[in-house]
Amino acid sequence: MANLKTTEKKTKAQSMGLHTEVLTGKTQQKFFNPDEAENFYYWGTYDVDFNKRIDLDVNDLDCKEANKKIDELMSQGYGTIVIKNPQGKHSLGVGVLNKLNLIFEGSLGYFGVGSIDGPTVRINGRVGWSCAENMMAGKVVIEKNAGSCFGAAVRGGDLICKGSVGARTGIDQKGGTIIVGGDAGAFTGFMMQRGRIIILGNVGINLGDSMYDGTIYVGGKIGSFGSDAIESPMTKSDVDWIKRKLKVAEIGEKFDVSKMTKVVAGKKLWNYDALEPTEKKGAI
Amino acid sequence: MCGIAGLIHRGKSSDVGNELQLMLQALKHRGPDSTGYALYADNDGENFIMRFKVGENVGEGSTSVNEDDSVYDKRKELVDQMLKNLNATVVKEEKLTPYSYRYEMKYDQDLMEFSKKIESIESVEILSIGKSLELIKDLGDARAVSERYDLGKVKGTHGIGHARMATESGVDIKSAHPFWGYPFSDVSVVHNGQLTNYWNNRRVLENKGMRFMSECDSELIAVYLAEKMRNGASLEEGMKDSLSGLDGVFTYFVATKDSLGMAKDTMAAKPLVLYESDDLVAMGSEEIAIRSILPHEIDTYDPFDGEVKVWQI
Repeated sequence: MANLKTTEKKTKAQSMGLHTEVLTGKTQQKFFNPDEAENFYYWGTYDVDFNKRIDLDVNDLDCKEANKKIDELMSQGYGTIVIKNPQGKHSLGVGVLNKLNLIFEGSLGYFGVGSIDGPTVRINGRVGWSCAENMMAGKVVIEKNAGSCFGAAVRGGDLICKGSVGARTGIDQKGGTIIVGGDAGAFTGFMMQRGRIIILGNVGINLGDSMYDGTIYVGGKIGSFGSDAIESPMTKSDVDWIKRKLKVAEIGEKFDVSKMTKVVAGKKLWNYDALEPTEKKGAI
Repeated sequence: MCGIAGLIHRGKSSDVGNELQLMLQALKHRGPDSTGYALYADNDGENFIMRFKVGENVGEGSTSVNEDDSVYDKRKELVDQMLKNLNATVVKEEKLTPYSYRYEMKYDQDLMEFSKKIESIESVEILSIGKSLELIKDLGDARAVSERYDLGKVKGTHGIGHARMATESGVDIKSAHPFWGYPFSDVSVVHNGQLTNYWNNRRVLENKGMRFMSECDSELIAVYLAEKMRNGASLEEGMKDSLSGLDGVFTYFVATKDSLGMAKDTMAAKPLVLYESDDLVAMGSEEIAIRSILPHEIDTYDPFDGEVKVWQI
């Protein structure tokens, strides 16, 4: 692989292997070669020291200024950043593509910590709509409640809300795990494609509506099943996996996991089984 | 998009005018076209307060026209004459802008007939009638409207407000929120969303004698609830009925002399953040609205789909 720092823009994507097509029946893309990792440059990443800690008061900053400041601090090697006075502002902590301990002392507005890839985020307050949308990797823990569209289109990582969440949690989810300690609203798992959702409390109407794939576990009552969402038997591996996840999430320590309801796609709505196995993996 | 905000102090009065201004100003990005307030003020409760307009403040897309101040003055004279004919006694009158007035008056007859007579005068619209309700709406953001109508010093128990982004109708006062729950005194409504069965419902309600002053779909909620209450339903019963009677996506607030309510459609498609304590309930389309009056750390939550709540002062 060419050194991407010196590669022409127009050939960069090809050099990264993003457009190397292997035509074996259906189109499939070949991704990075780990053997060439030393040449790989990931835009927006820095070498940070988790022991290097700083407080950042964003009370008088707008979201652009605050996010720029977070980026600057990472470029200076800070690996633990504590955000003071977020005051429900929107779009804070978005686009962090680094390993980082990011702590919010307060609540976030809409689109908080969206499109992140790698950081460990702890939010001591509440989050508004679309928290961690498009999250690629990392761990996000919210101590209080979350708004609607929690974890929309997440692709990886663990997204944990210790309180209750609004409607359409995990809409269009493509991977990763969403864990909710309280209740969830209507259309949870709407059109989800992969990944898993664990709800310890009750869920609203139309659970798993039009889901392609993935699994939803519910500890409480279900308002109603959505189109093509069906119940499936809990297995021992389901129970073991949920227990491990809840331990990591630091919630539901005494919760009786074996009594949860498992919900999967009936796979009738989207004719999903007509696809080749390689295409099913392609959702991520 | 639109932004809505509301608050109720339980058991005490507060600077509700200034608080609602701060909340709505924080939501300015959701609705820059017009701002409206329904404030439940500490009035003596003896006289009716009627706020009305005799002309429009015309913005983009409005079918109304700008008129000369002398036309407004002429209409005001016609209103005064009509009030005399209706045996209403004006105790105090205030001219707030060239096109809007606030009257305190004594009147003890049917408000529906009263309203019909007043609004039979060309371009005259009653914005509200009530013994504590002060309904103000005009073009501009929350701060501009508050300064224009001197709302910062209004004290009261509760209020609801709206920052409007015009989508279904023009930018003008008649389409701005809140809407008065004609013909009930002290009832007001603000709404965020779109109603898809507006015309069907409107035709039915008009046949029952209810009046619509705008073509804004949100006005339907006020009229719908008023009609339910006219037939004996409580506010909460009317609101619960609206979840199936109104089609579309909506979160709305309704306020009466002594209560504040919220309803969210069964799809939960429109946002609402709620803070509730023993002495205060504050809610808005976004958390920043609540933070504007409660900057310390608090617990808030999103009400679920199909949820209706009503709080008393």
